[in-house]
Amino acid sequence: MSATAANTPQAAEKDLKIGMLLLKLRTFIALILVCAYFSFMASNFLSMANMVIMVKHVAIYAFLAIGMTFVIVTGGIDLSVGSIVGLAGMVAGGLLYKGLHLPMFGVTIYFHLPMVILITLIVGALCGAVSGLLITRLKVAPFIATLGMLYIARGAALLLSDGKTFPNLVGNEALGNAGFPWLGSGAILGVPVSIWILAVLGVFAAYVAKKTPLGRHIYSVGGNERAAVLSGVRVNRIKMIVYMFSGLCSAIAGLVIASQLEAAHPATGETFELTAIAAAVLGGTSLAGGRGTIGGTIIGAFVIGVLGDGMVMMGVSSFWQMVVKGLVIVAAVVVDQFQRNLQSKAALQGK
Amino acid sequence: MTESKTGEVILRAERITKIFPGTVALSEVDFSVYRGKVNVLVGENGAGKSTLTKILAGVETPTRGDLILEGEKVRIRSCHDAEARGIGMIHQELNLFPNLNVAENIFIARELTTGGVHIDYREQVRRAAKLLERLQAGFDPEAQVADLRIGQQQIVEIAKALACDARILIMDEPTSALSQDEVEVLFKVIEDLKAHGVSIIYISHRLEELVRIGDSISVLRDGKMVEQARMRDIDVPWIVSRMVGETTHKERSREDRVLAGEALRVENLRLPREGGGYTVDHISFTLKKGEILGVYGLMGAGRSEMFECLMGLHKEAKGAVYLDGEDVFASPVDAHIRKGMALIPEDRQREGLVQALSVADNMTLSSLWKFVKGFHLMGEKLKAAVTAMIKDLSLKTSGQNAPIGSLSGGNQQKVVIGKALFTSPKALLMDEPTRGIDVGAKGEVFDIMNHLADQGIGILFVTSELKEIMAISDRIMVMSKGRVTGMFDRKDATEEALVAASAAGHKPVEHTSLQ
Repeated sequence: MSATAANTPQAAEKDLKIGMLLLKLRTFIALILVCAYFSFMASNFLSMANMVIMVKHVAIYAFLAIGMTFVIVTGGIDLSVGSIVGLAGMVAGGLLYKGLHLPMFGVTIYFHLPMVILITLIVGALCGAVSGLLITRLKVAPFIATLGMLYIARGAALLLSDGKTFPNLVGNEALGNAGFPWLGSGAILGVPVSIWILAVLGVFAAYVAKKTPLGRHIYSVGGNERAAVLSGVRVNRIKMIVYMFSGLCSAIAGLVIASQLEAAHPATGETFELTAIAAAVLGGTSLAGGRGTIGGTIIGAFVIGVLGDGMVMMGVSSFWQMVVKGLVIVAAVVVDQFQRNLQSKAALQGK
Repeated sequence: MTESKTGEVILRAERITKIFPGTVALSEVDFSVYRGKVNVLVGENGAGKSTLTKILAGVETPTRGDLILEGEKVRIRSCHDAEARGIGMIHQELNLFPNLNVAENIFIARELTTGGVHIDYREQVRRAAKLLERLQAGFDPEAQVADLRIGQQQIVEIAKALACDARILIMDEPTSALSQDEVEVLFKVIEDLKAHGVSIIYISHRLEELVRIGDSISVLRDGKMVEQARMRDIDVPWIVSRMVGETTHKERSREDRVLAGEALRVENLRLPREGGGYTVDHISFTLKKGEILGVYGLMGAGRSEMFECLMGLHKEAKGAVYLDGEDVFASPVDAHIRKGMALIPEDRQREGLVQALSVADNMTLSSLWKFVKGFHLMGEKLKAAVTAMIKDLSLKTSGQNAPIGSLSGGNQQKVVIGKALFTSPKALLMDEPTRGIDVGAKGEVFDIMNHLADQGIGILFVTSELKEIMAISDRIMVMSKGRVTGMFDRKDATEEALVAASAAGHKPVEHTSLQ
């Protein structure tokens, strides 16, 4: 059986390999092309200041897309991330701005800043946990469970302030909660904090995906859930973890945005879930589950972010921006399908 | 060759060559289909049987070569084209719509309509009922396909082919999911079709079956036609020797050995069935260390369900299961695996493998806990272990990171076996481990089983093939309708006794078998 493949001309095989490599790196190549184009068209595109601003924009989407990638790899979807961004911002903003008011004791508690951040992260993870419970225990389809969470979290965000913005979140030295804006505008070693967070989160997620049993289990659940169950993978636990992680990532994004603006608005993060999904898909994550990488997703987020910022700098109308983004996403999936076909052909050759 | 003696050729493939990118699937193949006969096509997996039949059915087009139908050179461009010329195919994988009912499935894409728009539902049901009656199916044409057993679905597939009045009917492994009773019915249908002048191309791995039903036989090996012969001139060893080539197939059997200690003890295991009764009906047995206990039974005898209960997959199951003396019954699947119970599931593709993962990732999926330090997977250790396992199993792969889909069926099965072995099992549950793999790979799987048993692993082994179970088992347990209906030592087991026991749980059947 395998002997028949041996007489393939070496050259053709090599061509195929190069072709496959180019296809695999396509998102990266696209990113380079997009960067090259804009640096040519917009003079200050390549300036350090502009680069930093762009990466800070990208970081927000990348946080969400990293969490989303794990969810999609298990074969699920998380539509609630944008709403959790809004809710997280409002929770943090509320705790800083008006504290936690407990009418039955007649007191208002102001937490220290680290506590505020921790509570916000926990709220994000809890939102994910609720989605996860609906999906694993009550067998609700991920699309529906997280669609519900999308509305619930957004509603909760609006309820927290009655739809108003929490302004001026600089905190108060006397209350011990000052310093919140540092998250959004501070820097370590000259690099903005949010970019550090992206680096740490990205490396952590990529490590989990590649080098831990948890990562393998996540891929196996999306690749073939039945086989995963029979192999002793605790599928429900894995699903809980990915939705909670996605919620946590959303909360991080919410904190960073609120900190950058020094204000929390309940409508923050609307349609972010779609950008996050687009970034993951651009990066090669398969919506059918089982395939996707963190590196690819981050590059995907960069493509979307750079494309958006570059077009703004060139003065492209926002309506055209949307059309272009849509085309890029669809093109990415078309190329992805093409690569799949090529891959299965190569696999056939292997036989 | 013996064409003149066998009869008139209705369809002839001449010098068919099919080249896929990088591989020659068929090379200069000549193949004759005789009118009103059962034309058997055999070969190991990857020999090119499926490619050849797909060309005849219009699914693939040949790179070179001619098809001559009734003396006239034809080109078959699509399935639809083939159907119009009276060539029908029953695919190995079921191509049914579980969300539609039986009649709707039978007439899919050729609905009976009035005015081309309105489906004549009642006429469809009436004709479907007639077809099902002819096939002695015993289920309702308005039943949802999703509610049917696999064997029954296979019958729907056959009815579908019959519905379009095929002159030439290609059957690719039609019996792989059928019970013995259903096989008998199918054979009767085949006789009936032959009498009506329908020519049948029949593919199966079950060699005894071929000898019984076939009129002529063609053997493919590595994409080439090795030999065509009349069935009455040859026998099973002839087929095997032509299929595998020079390597002779030696009869594998186990020596009688002294067994010590119990690996697995099952007491009163039962799984309630929806709507009363039990799918697994109060089963008790002991599996000794180093013993191969064969489990024989028909489709639906509850063998796979018993395995699932043993693994802890059914919460509603009751009973007691002791693994190496320890009660493991209530623990979840992953705890079962860690304690030393491993399952090799029946359906490799759906239950055994994760297609998106590589050979190495699939192999180690159940045993990652062995390669972990804290939270970290030790890549080097894992790689070395996989390399050793690939060597132990003489697995043929282009590398441990090769995609699982690039392996042949037999090698994929070895990956599943490797996955189970990585968990260091004390009791190994193998559900039809030789299903759908070729003769050579089957022999290798048996060798592996023998080797494992020698190391003291208790093996519980389910198969539907009598010859297999007689050759490899130390003891044979027969199940029927969820109950144990026979327990034989290898010395006392006869094929007749096993078959009789496997039917014991069935009520007196309405339709007795022919012959």
